[in-house]
Amino acid sequence: MPAPVELMDPTTANPSALATAPDRFEAHDLHCIRHDRSLFAGLNFSLTAGQIIQIEGPNGSGKTSLLRMLCGLLQPAQGEVRWRGVDIQAQRAEFLADVAYIGHLHGIKEDLSPRENLRMAQALGRTRNDISLDRALEHVGLYGFEDLPSRTLSAGQRRRVALARLLVLDARVWVLDEPFTALDRSGKALIESMLEAHSRNGGIAIITTHQPVELTQCALLSLQLAA
Amino acid sequence: MPTPTLPNLALACTALLRRDLTLAMRHRGEMANPLLFFVLVVSLFPLGLGPDSQTLQTIAPGVIWVAALLAALLSLEGIFRSDFEDGSLEQLLLSPHPAALLVLTKVIAHWLVSGLPLILVAPLLGVLLNLPTAAMGALLASLALGTPVLSLIGAIGVALTVGLRRGGVLLSLLVLPLYVPVLIFAASAVADAGIGLAITAQLYFLGALLALALTLAPLAAAAALRISVS
Repeated sequence: MPAPVELMDPTTANPSALATAPDRFEAHDLHCIRHDRSLFAGLNFSLTAGQIIQIEGPNGSGKTSLLRMLCGLLQPAQGEVRWRGVDIQAQRAEFLADVAYIGHLHGIKEDLSPRENLRMAQALGRTRNDISLDRALEHVGLYGFEDLPSRTLSAGQRRRVALARLLVLDARVWVLDEPFTALDRSGKALIESMLEAHSRNGGIAIITTHQPVELTQCALLSLQLAA
Repeated sequence: MPTPTLPNLALACTALLRRDLTLAMRHRGEMANPLLFFVLVVSLFPLGLGPDSQTLQTIAPGVIWVAALLAALLSLEGIFRSDFEDGSLEQLLLSPHPAALLVLTKVIAHWLVSGLPLILVAPLLGVLLNLPTAAMGALLASLALGTPVLSLIGAIGVALTVGLRRGGVLLSLLVLPLYVPVLIFAASAVADAGIGLAITAQLYFLGALLALALTLAPLAAAAALRISVS
């Protein structure tokens, strides 16, 4: 397989977005309580266009909860998440059009083919139309698997289908929970190149992983959650 | 200069409807389950009670409706269960579209594969139970108005219990009391039609229940789903 970075750069598009949108993603005084346990409190950070942050912390420190909070699936016990200066709960539709989330569950229907899965994802969100479905699937290394039922794919290939969702959606904020799980070395490099392209295009990404993330073309911020 | 394609609600709903129907077609066996249950239960009654046409005629409306209600209950889990398990539900809730309308679309898809077939076979079962011809129209009308209500109310129950590991019993307890008005009015409509009485009152009541469920159930189910995924 050729190096994914060279294959194509799907995010060279949209230079105007950088100029017009004052993208700022903030966590303000977030407090998380799960099952009567306080996981973290008074958590603050702020990200601007092009910044990528890695959330680190031991198991059970609330990384997944934090990520679900950041995309609005989980209500913070206290504090708020702000997108372009406004609480995301006050502008759900606007914010959700700008965010793409890949969690532990891929959100891939096993009885549908990768192509059908992506088409559904496109219908639900805001789509970029400078990249075709086939190009996106090819980019994540699923050329030749487009029309097979997803249940016949391996765990890593299914994760790649979910990654292709990031390419076809026009999301400014990527929220990725353990994106490297089940992926091989080329898969890890693929995500890293996608993150770099996303950052270059002014996107924001928040990821959790226990593996070292090697980004050469952009800085990687880090946030440590205590146990 | 590429411009993003903005989210389009109509497109999203048709895509979701098509996806759910495609999935149902790929699981035809599962889809046939409630229908088979409905047919089996109703057709066992003449065997158990003997061929006395008078008895069968008296119990027919109740038997058909109770069986339809239980068949609906049997199929409810399917509305959100698999979506919850594979993470599609999170993606649905993270869509910029109003969750209530996406939920309504899913309920419609569910009714098309589980409720509509019941209506189609009901006349045959009516004949089996010696239901008077005069009551056939009432049976179809009551099912057409009543089964969507069952799916809509059921969606609230499933949305509330989908996050629990063994929500099945709880689901029945939550949903069955809410099904009772539908059962009472629908069965009485069929019985009254059989003896030549007017049934407009019952049908209006079922219609009112349907209007109420159509407008409120998707909102309640969407709110319940948000709780279930968090």
